[in-house]
Amino acid sequence: MTPTSRPSEDTAALLDVRDLRIVYDSPRGPVEACSGVNLTVRPGEFVGIVGESGCGKSTLLFGIAQLHTAPARIAGGEVRFLGEDLVTLPPKELNDLRWRNLAVVMQSAMNALNPVRTIGDQFEDAILAHEKWSDEEIRERSAEVLRLVAIDPVHLGSYPHQLSGGMRQRAMIAMALLFTPDLIVMDEPTSALDVVAQRSLMVQIKELQQKLGFAVVFVTHDMSLVSHFSDRLLVMYAGQVVEFGPTRTVFDTPSHPYSRSLLDAFPSIRGPKVPLLGIPGDPPNLADPPEGCRFNPRCPVAQEACRSEAPELYTLEASPDVQSRCLAHRPTDPIDISSPATEVTAS
Amino acid sequence: MKFASLVKNRKALIGLILFGITVVVSLFPGLFASQADADVIGAFAPNLGPSTAHLLGTTSYGEDIFSQLVFGARQVLVIALAAGGFATVLSVLIGITAAYLGGVVDEFLSLITNVVLILPTFPLMIILARYAGTSNWVMIFVLVATGWSYGANQMRAQALSLRNRDFLEAARVRGERRAYIILFEMMPTMTSLIVANFLGSALYSVLAASGLQFIGLGNRSSDSWGTMLYWADSQEALQAGNAMWIIAPGLAIAVLSAAFALMNYAFDEIGNPALRPVRRKDLRKAKKAAETLEEKGAGHDAYVEAV
Amino acid sequence: MTPLLETRDLSRHFKVGGKLFSHRLLHAVDDVNLTINEREIVALVGESGSGKSTMARLLAQVYKPTAGQIAFQGKDLAQLRGRKQHLQYRSDVPMVFQDPFASLNPVYRVSHGIKRGLKLHRPELSARERHQELLRVVAAVGLNPPEEIIERYPYELSGGQRQRIGFAQALAYRPKLILADEPVSMLDVSIRIGLLNVMAKLRDEEGVSILYITHDIASARYVSDRVMVMYGGHVVESGPTESLLADPQHPYTQLLLSAVPDPRAPLEVTAEAAKAEPPAVIDPEPGCRFRARCPLAVDECAHVTPVLRTVEHGHTAACHVTAPTEVAAA
Repeated sequence: MTPTSRPSEDTAALLDVRDLRIVYDSPRGPVEACSGVNLTVRPGEFVGIVGESGCGKSTLLFGIAQLHTAPARIAGGEVRFLGEDLVTLPPKELNDLRWRNLAVVMQSAMNALNPVRTIGDQFEDAILAHEKWSDEEIRERSAEVLRLVAIDPVHLGSYPHQLSGGMRQRAMIAMALLFTPDLIVMDEPTSALDVVAQRSLMVQIKELQQKLGFAVVFVTHDMSLVSHFSDRLLVMYAGQVVEFGPTRTVFDTPSHPYSRSLLDAFPSIRGPKVPLLGIPGDPPNLADPPEGCRFNPRCPVAQEACRSEAPELYTLEASPDVQSRCLAHRPTDPIDISSPATEVTAS
Repeated sequence: MKFASLVKNRKALIGLILFGITVVVSLFPGLFASQADADVIGAFAPNLGPSTAHLLGTTSYGEDIFSQLVFGARQVLVIALAAGGFATVLSVLIGITAAYLGGVVDEFLSLITNVVLILPTFPLMIILARYAGTSNWVMIFVLVATGWSYGANQMRAQALSLRNRDFLEAARVRGERRAYIILFEMMPTMTSLIVANFLGSALYSVLAASGLQFIGLGNRSSDSWGTMLYWADSQEALQAGNAMWIIAPGLAIAVLSAAFALMNYAFDEIGNPALRPVRRKDLRKAKKAAETLEEKGAGHDAYVEAV
Repeated sequence: MTPLLETRDLSRHFKVGGKLFSHRLLHAVDDVNLTINEREIVALVGESGSGKSTMARLLAQVYKPTAGQIAFQGKDLAQLRGRKQHLQYRSDVPMVFQDPFASLNPVYRVSHGIKRGLKLHRPELSARERHQELLRVVAAVGLNPPEEIIERYPYELSGGQRQRIGFAQALAYRPKLILADEPVSMLDVSIRIGLLNVMAKLRDEEGVSILYITHDIASARYVSDRVMVMYGGHVVESGPTESLLADPQHPYTQLLLSAVPDPRAPLEVTAEAAKAEPPAVIDPEPGCRFRARCPLAVDECAHVTPVLRTVEHGHTAACHVTAPTEVAAA
């Protein structure tokens, strides 16, 4: 599937994912978790990837960071980072890039941190895996990154369980900053935290980003959280990108019915109280996705054509920096979605 | 439904067939051989090699080996199933009770379990068998007494991990009685472990009983396979050139043990409905999926869900 | 009008630290006065460690109170005697759990819990009536067609569907009050609204009250009539949803509201390092438990525990600074 011309054909892109396909080899046959995903990240940019469970966002992240394990495999496409295609890069060179230029922050610090070793020891491990520094240098750098995330360096001697949840997550971020990478990918780093700690962490990440200049790819299911901090927003559904564009634009004028429905599904605490509908039905089984547009069984404005023709990712004529996977934005012969769905068959 | 899933798994199928053959032979030994051929000393010429008249030859007492094997099957099977069954019942009762009631009861039961666990099994078996006599029931008692503790620890661990699951708390909050919760809410989710435990105990019993019989602590006048080995060894069968006298019962013991082990593969599926073949999908697709699914367990389902 | 459920100075402490001889007490819930009336949804909002889940378990009689009373329909729960009375309470006040993947026994069909509930709590029904009721409650929570759904196993349903079954189970008792402990937090956002709408429907059509326990104040606003905010085991603010959210008095409520991301608001990156997180309240001294994080804290906050005082009609807050005296109820 060839993508239509991308709005920011930026050769200076830090990360350029092209037509990435990731497949799980399950006993029932191959299941495509990511179908032809395109994503670009410029230096210093904050890109949010939003979607619900089963949309493939975590798989995408793992694929980008080349952390996927069998039965998942990359079935096609490229992941161009700093000019190299990570998919075909030999392991030794991939390791050189890891942590120095590309770092990963996982979902739950308690799962990612070794409970029987101190924070300082784990930082040391991370450093020594990529560089041969002296003990002095290691200690200094470790203390420095902890200070960056507002943790007292005395905690280098602490064990993970001695820190609070928020502090652990910040320690994870500090670990990612050890070599001041160009890109940090984060997989729902705030989901285990309470709302106040969440906001605090996000603000911190944003500050660090502005101070140190790294780019961030942030995967989450919480659209309102990430949209307050991201420059561009990528919405995924059923393994595909359904909308990609500047956050403000996607938020104010979502061009894909799924993005619109998703935004509507967040009750607000400000403004008038309105009854909401959510999105009826359930995400499709990726082993057997619907014909035509994958969102059509649940789409409030699905038309006849949607049930048979699969839309591609089209660039909007009105706003060329936005892409949408909806037949309503097809450059030639767009369909009309101003009327409600012709026959919604939500299970 | 349950047999359907058993049949589809190749390993389990082989195990089931082997077990089935043993069961049939032990239920109707008369169909395959005659008791007289097995027990009457001097019925035939001694140490004959395998022939059409004597499929496995004769012992040095002139008994037909094949007939002995056939009549011995019942003994072995009864011991295996009885010992395995009682040991499992005991492990389940003690393990789950300890886990669910907790506190002092748990401490006490765990202490007993662990003490029995570290007692050296074989010497204990020998001593008990020595003093309690040689009947099959003594054998079963000995095997149960030394074999229940390992399973009890497993049951307790599993029950502990289940204890705080929401569906059990939901049952509590619903107002169910404790006994009901243990028997009907907790135990059914442990079916595969319980059955695995039973098959493991049965397997252990086959080998342990045969071992005890081989060193002469069983009922020496029975036809059991271990006893055959005892006599074959005491008559120095190998030197007499009668290798089949040793090979036949030895192989039979191995085959029955393997049968239990192979059947274990299928029982995971019965215990966990999520692993059963999908009903509403196309039958051929489901059949194919079920085969390979059983081979690899539930892990792949989790991957597909996790996507 | 007697409230449906009322607690007076309800407290629950747990022993922590070393095993047998430890004297340290975790004060999970302290001096909570909670009221729930008929046909209303009350939201209990708080972060982890606030005591909200302990409250649910106290009301479900999973824990016994360390101090204080719980009165249901005017009758003290401690005076319930015998299996029959306890069973009656359990059918009047059932609980819905948080984790849709663990709340149904995987070995049985999804109708199992509902059927057992009907058998235990409504023995007056015949077998056929039980079946009718089973279908009715499954349909009432929006699962259609009910005949087909009840034949399925939990693994064949999605998370949202399983949670609806949880509500159906509760509904089968003909309850007066449903205790819902974070029923939507593990569901996808687009599915949550469906469940929240089911809850509102149960209040309107079945006349059931619901105690909705959550950390998400936005969903609390969407579905509840009244809100109670908990922090460190205490109720810090309470009142009708709209007026409480329009004019929050307690600094913690204000902090909670400011932490909810508003994509429309401009991003101000302040130099605010994360302050201390909610404390584990072990052997607490008197005084306000929020003072370590409170921008308004004064001397009194460290010595005197604030009590809930009326700010305006129905709206109370426990703060020495913003609610120092009782305002005469208008």
